[in-house]
Amino acid sequence: MKVLVAVKRVIDYNVKVRVKPDNSDVDLANVKMALNPFCEIAVEEAVRLKESGAASEVVVVSIGPKACQEQIRTALALGADRGIQIETEELPESLNVAKLLAKVVEEEQPGLVILGKQSIDADNNQTGQMLGALLNRPQGTFASEVKIDGDSVNVTREVDGGLQTLNLKLPAIVTTDLRLNEPRYAKLPDIMKAKRKPLDVKTPADLGVELKNHTRLLKVSAPAERQAGIRVASVDELIDKLKNEAKVL
Amino acid sequence: MSDYKHPHQDAEFVLNELVGFDDLCAANGFDDINFELASAILTEAGKLGSEVLAPLNVIGDNQGVKLTERGVEETAGFKEAYQQFAEGGWSSLIADEEYEGQGLPNVLCTAVNEIWQSANMAFALCPLLTQGAVEAIAHHGSEELKQTYLPKMVSGEWTGTMNLTEPDAGTDLAAIKTRAIPNGDHYLITGQKIFITWGDHQMTDNTIHLVLARLPDAPAGVKGISLFVVPKFLLDAEGNPGVRNDVKCVSVEHKLGIHASPTCVMSYGDKEGAIGYLVGEANKGLAYMFTMMNCARQGVGLQGVAIAERSYQQALDYAKERLQGTNKDGSRFAIIKFPDVRRMLMQMKSATEAMRALAFVGAAEVDRAGRAQDEADQRRHQARLELLTPIVKGWITELSQEITYLGTQVNGGMGFIEETGSAQHYRDARILTIYEGTTGIQALDLVGRKTLLNKGEALAELLAEIEETVVALSKHEGFAEQGAALREALEAGNNARNWLLENAAQDPAAAGAVSVHFMMLFGYLCGGWLMGQSALRAQTLLDAGEGDPEYLKAKLVTAQFFSEHLLPRTKASLETILKGSASIMALSEDQF
Ligand SMILES: Cc1cc2nc3c(=O)[nH]c(=O)nc-3n(C[C@H](O)[C@H](O)[C@H](O)COP(=O)(O)OP(=O)(O)OC[C@H]3O[C@@H](n4cnc5c(N)ncnc54)[C@H](O)[C@@H]3O)c2cc1C
Ligand SMILES: Cc1cc2nc3c(=O)[nH]c(=O)nc-3n(C[C@H](O)[C@H](O)[C@H](O)COP(=O)(O)OP(=O)(O)OC[C@H]3O[C@@H](n4cnc5c(N)ncnc54)[C@H](O)[C@@H]3O)c2cc1C
Repeated sequence: MKVLVAVKRVIDYNVKVRVKPDNSDVDLANVKMALNPFCEIAVEEAVRLKESGAASEVVVVSIGPKACQEQIRTALALGADRGIQIETEELPESLNVAKLLAKVVEEEQPGLVILGKQSIDADNNQTGQMLGALLNRPQGTFASEVKIDGDSVNVTREVDGGLQTLNLKLPAIVTTDLRLNEPRYAKLPDIMKAKRKPLDVKTPADLGVELKNHTRLLKVSAPAERQAGIRVASVDELIDKLKNEAKVL
Repeated sequence: MSDYKHPHQDAEFVLNELVGFDDLCAANGFDDINFELASAILTEAGKLGSEVLAPLNVIGDNQGVKLTERGVEETAGFKEAYQQFAEGGWSSLIADEEYEGQGLPNVLCTAVNEIWQSANMAFALCPLLTQGAVEAIAHHGSEELKQTYLPKMVSGEWTGTMNLTEPDAGTDLAAIKTRAIPNGDHYLITGQKIFITWGDHQMTDNTIHLVLARLPDAPAGVKGISLFVVPKFLLDAEGNPGVRNDVKCVSVEHKLGIHASPTCVMSYGDKEGAIGYLVGEANKGLAYMFTMMNCARQGVGLQGVAIAERSYQQALDYAKERLQGTNKDGSRFAIIKFPDVRRMLMQMKSATEAMRALAFVGAAEVDRAGRAQDEADQRRHQARLELLTPIVKGWITELSQEITYLGTQVNGGMGFIEETGSAQHYRDARILTIYEGTTGIQALDLVGRKTLLNKGEALAELLAEIEETVVALSKHEGFAEQGAALREALEAGNNARNWLLENAAQDPAAAGAVSVHFMMLFGYLCGGWLMGQSALRAQTLLDAGEGDPEYLKAKLVTAQFFSEHLLPRTKASLETILKGSASIMALSEDQF
C-alpha cells in the first residue's frame, strides 16, 4: 500500500511572529520556517506504517514556492521515499490545496492519505475534510491512533467527550492530532541521503487545476500586549475585578 | 531554568558571510555539500540539542557521577541520551567515509558541535574526546588498528579517551612515567593517569583509551614517549568486547564544574599489566599529539563560545522577566530597561558573536589547509591555522569567563543561587582556560612558535589582511568610526609585534612576561576585524533587501558596540606590553 502525506511549510513555532507594518499580512520574509508540526506527525505515522510492513511506499507532497522543497527534504530525512512539489507562487487557500491534492491522489492512487489536522499558521482545519469530500472517500480526522486492518483502517479520534474509534474502508483520508505519535529526530546519515531521493516538481497546470481564491485577507493585527499582573488584597477584590473589569463572571 | 535555542541565524550568517561556506566546499572537494544541506543539518541537530541534551544539563550538574563496583556510573538519563545521539549518527560527522563517517567539512562539524557544547558541555565532552581518539588512530595507526577500532568509534558504539596527564606531568608531558613493556604482538602498560575525562562510564560496551607511555629503552624527555591503544575490554576473535583489560578507574574528582563529566584517576597494570597496542612508530607519541593539537585546542575554544551563548540566553530571559524598576504610574518594569543591564547584555552578545566568528573562521582554515590543491596555498592556510589556534583557544576561553561572570551578574542575587542555572554556566566555564593547554601555554605558543620562530611573518600577513577591512570600513560613510577604531587596534597589534621581535632576544623573560597580554590583544583585534567584516556584509545585504532586516540591523549595532567597548582593550594591552618584564621579574621569591 502506498501512503501519501501532505506537508506544509510554516513559520517555525519558536519564532516570534511579526505583523507587517501595513497590517497586510504576517511578515515571513527571511524568518525561520519549518515543517508544520501536525504534518511532521503525519510523516512519522506513515513511516511507522512502512516500518511495520503495512505500507510499501511513502510519498510526500508539498504545495508552494521552491523553498518548500526544504520541508520535503525534511520529510525525506525522516523516512519518506520520494517527494512531489507543486509549484505555486504563494500559499493557496485550503480548497485549492485540496483540489491539487485530489489530482495527485488520482495519479498516485495511494491506499491512505495522511494530513495534519491543521497548520499552525492559518489554523483552518479543513483541507483533509475538503479532500475527503472531493474524492468521495471516508475520512478519520483528529486521529490519535491509526491501525491498518486488512482493507480497512481503524482510526481512534479525539472528540470532545473522549475517544471515538471509526473503521474506514481503504482508500481513506486521515488527519493527525497531536497525540498520534512523537516524531523521531532525523538521523544525520538520513539527512545526507534525503538530498538524493527523488523529488518531482509539477505545476497546477500539469494537474489541470486552476487556482481560484474564494477568500481575501483583509487585515492582520498583532494581539494586544499583555498587561502586567497585579496583586489583589482580598478574594472580594478579585471577584469584584473579575466581574466589573474583566467582565468574565 | 532556561531553555537553550540554537542561534541558527548567527551561525548561518558566519558560515555564509564570513567563511563563504559554499565556496569553501566547492574549492576543497566537498562535492555534495552545500549551505542548504548544512542548514538542514544544523536545524536537526538544534532539535536534538535543545530537546534531549539541554534538559539533562542541570540534572548532570546536580547529580554528578558515582564510582561504584561496576566502575563509574554516569548521571541517570545520560546513557539513553547518548544512545539517541549515537544512533542519530552524530558521532560520525567528520570521520572519513572509509570508516562509516560522513566526511563533512570541519567548519560544519564545528558549527554543529557548538550545539552540543551549549546544550550540555559535560555530556558533549564525551563525543569530543572520542573524536580526538578517532583522529589519532586514523592519522597514525596501522591499517589493522584502524579496521579494528575505528568503525565502532565513529559510529559511537564505543567511546574514546585521551590519557596524557600524570601527577608529575601536566603541562610538562616530558615528565611522563607510565611504562610500556613489549610482550609479543602487544605491550604491557603500567602506571597512573589523572584527570582523564570520561575515563570510565556505562554508556557503551567498550571504551578505547589512547595512552602516552615510555618504552624501556626510550630516550629521556619528549622524544621518548609513545602512543598506545588500550581498550577497556579486550576484543575476542569476532572483534567484540570480551575479557576485561587490566585498567580501571580508581577514583573520580570532585570539582568546580562539569560535574556530569567524570574526571578519572586511571590505574593501568595493577595486576599483570594492561594490554596495549602501539600507534604508529615508537617514541613519536608526542609528535602525534601535536598533529592533532590544532583541532583539539580549537575544540575547546569553541566550548568557550558555546558556554557564553548559553549564559547569554539565560541572562537575557531573566532580564526580560525580572521586574525591578518602578514607572511613574507605579507599574513595574523589567531590568532590561536599565542602561547598565543593557551594557552587560550587549557585552555578552557582541563578545559571543565575535568569538563565534573567530572560532568558525579558524575551523575553516583546518579544511583549507588540509585540502589545498597547490603548495603555496597549503602553506599559507597552514600558517594561518597555526597562528589562529592559540588565539581561538586562549582568547575565547578567557573571554568566556567574563561573559559567564556577567551572566551571573545580570541575575543579581539569583545569579549566586543555583536555581537559575546561571551559576552552573559560570562554574562550567572555568575549566576551559585550563585543560588542553592553559592560557599561559596558549600565549607562549603564540609569541614563541607562532611569532618569534617565523620572525613575525604569519602575524604580518594577518595584519595586512586586517588592514583591508580597515580600508573597506573607512571608505564607507556609515562605518568611518569603526574603521578608525579598528585602525588604532591594528596599530597596537603592529607595535606589539615589533616590540616583541625587538626585545625577545635581549630579555629572556620578555616573551613570557607579555605573552598573555599579547594574545588578548590579538584576540580583540581579530574580534574587531571579523565584526567589522560582519557589519560590512550586513549593510550590503540590507542595501540589497536580502536577509532578515531585524537580525542584520542588530548585527550593525553589535559590531559598533564591539568596536566601542571591547576593541579599545587592545590599547591597554599594548601599553602594558611596552613595559616589558621589569616589574614582573623584579621581586625575589621571598618577597612575594
Ligand atoms: C576537568 C579536567 C579534565 C581533564 N581532562 C583531561 C584528559 O581527558 N586527558 C588528559 O590527559 N588530561 C586532562 N586534564 C589535564 C589537563 O590537561 C591539565 O590539568 C593541564 O594540562 C594543566 O596541567 P596541570 O594541571 O598539571 O597544571 P600545571 O602544569 O602544574 O600548571 C600550573 C600552572 O603553571 C603554569 N605553567 C606550567 N608550566 C608552564 C610553563 N612552561 N610556562 C608557563 N606557565 C606554566 C600553568 O599555566 C598553570 O597556570 C584535565 C584536567 C581537568 C581539570
Ligand atoms: C548569598 C546572599 C546573601 C544575601 N544576604 C542578604 C541579607 O543578609 N540581607 C538582605 O536583606 N539581603 C541579602 N541578600 C540580597 C542581596 O542584597 C540582593 O540579592 C542584592 O541587593 C541584589 O538584588 P536582587 O537579587 O533583587 O537583584 P536585582 O535587583 O533583581 O538585580 C538584577 C540585575 O539588575 C540590575 N539592576 C537592578 N536595579 C537596577 C537599577 N536601578 N539600575 C541599574 N541596574 C539595576 C542589578 O545590577 C543586577 O545586575 C543576599 C543575597 C545573596 C545572594
